[in-house]
Amino acid sequence: MALDGNAIGGLLTEIFAAEMTSAQATCATCGAVRPLADTLVYLRGPGTVVRCRQCTSILMVISRVRGFNCVDLSGISTLDATAPSA
Amino acid sequence: MAGTAVRGRLTWQTATVASVADETDTVRTITLDLLDWPGHQAGQHLDVRLTAEDGYAAERSYSIASAAGEPVAITVERLEDGEVSPYLTQELRPGDQMEIRGPIGNWFTWEPGDGGPLLLIAGGSGVVPLRAILRHRQRAGSTAPARLLYSSRSLEDVIYRHELDQYRGSADVRYTLTRRQPPGWGGFTGRVDDAMLTRIAWPASQRPLAFICGPTQFVEAVAGLLVARHYPENRVKTERFGGA
Repeated sequence: MALDGNAIGGLLTEIFAAEMTSAQATCATCGAVRPLADTLVYLRGPGTVVRCRQCTSILMVISRVRGFNCVDLSGISTLDATAPSA
Repeated sequence: MAGTAVRGRLTWQTATVASVADETDTVRTITLDLLDWPGHQAGQHLDVRLTAEDGYAAERSYSIASAAGEPVAITVERLEDGEVSPYLTQELRPGDQMEIRGPIGNWFTWEPGDGGPLLLIAGGSGVVPLRAILRHRQRAGSTAPARLLYSSRSLEDVIYRHELDQYRGSADVRYTLTRRQPPGWGGFTGRVDDAMLTRIAWPASQRPLAFICGPTQFVEAVAGLLVARHYPENRVKTERFGGA
């Protein structure tokens, strides 16, 4: 069962060194723009998978290898961390 | 959000349990002593990390139950097959230590300046961050109108019931009891549905701000009903949790 981006707020801060749940992500597949808080998040796999709530395409995959976070952001075309929260 | 310090680093720190208090048969509030806490907003959460002697570590996220400016507290529901929650709700004692990092999140948060009217909808222990919002609203003297609709299996399972009932002078607090109702229960029964929202949801024309927190399916269902009532998507804030 998918959670949402709130569940990885701590992990995102670890990676981006900034609070990211309000950041607006543009899906590279369908163009939907949503805050990372409002994505589909799957924690149970070998890595953390973040999908677009609109089209379910993969936005981001985070896997931890020997203590390092490996981040694949190829599903996101723009990420705006300065966006207002509402 | 303006007014919150931007923290470049989120570091693990050792928290000491200051006190524990049972809310229901399966739910406990744990108040923490922290050496380094920048303050938090209502609606934020923190991560807990427990490490076994063999080095195995388990991490979980918990909503902060206390209002901004209060000592940090989390409220944990025990899941019988859980890995972490049985320890937190049954074995943890004042003076025990655990690792935490936070506060986390600036999306599912509310400050008095965000205004209202507020529509807070909780499923089960999803009430925890919404209680922090109501508590913050009260302490800050906010006059933003607020309504809470809280879906619970039974009246005995309602978390913070005594406190929530006290908000009734300034906020509209309603329970819907899905599994069992006491004799003579005059409140809502069953799952949150459109008929219930017709009675409790502010009209979209009043520009309400909605916060929904609960298990994934609960949140999906309620958010869908609110969007169908023409609530703009960016005014419907959601937080989903899953048991572990």
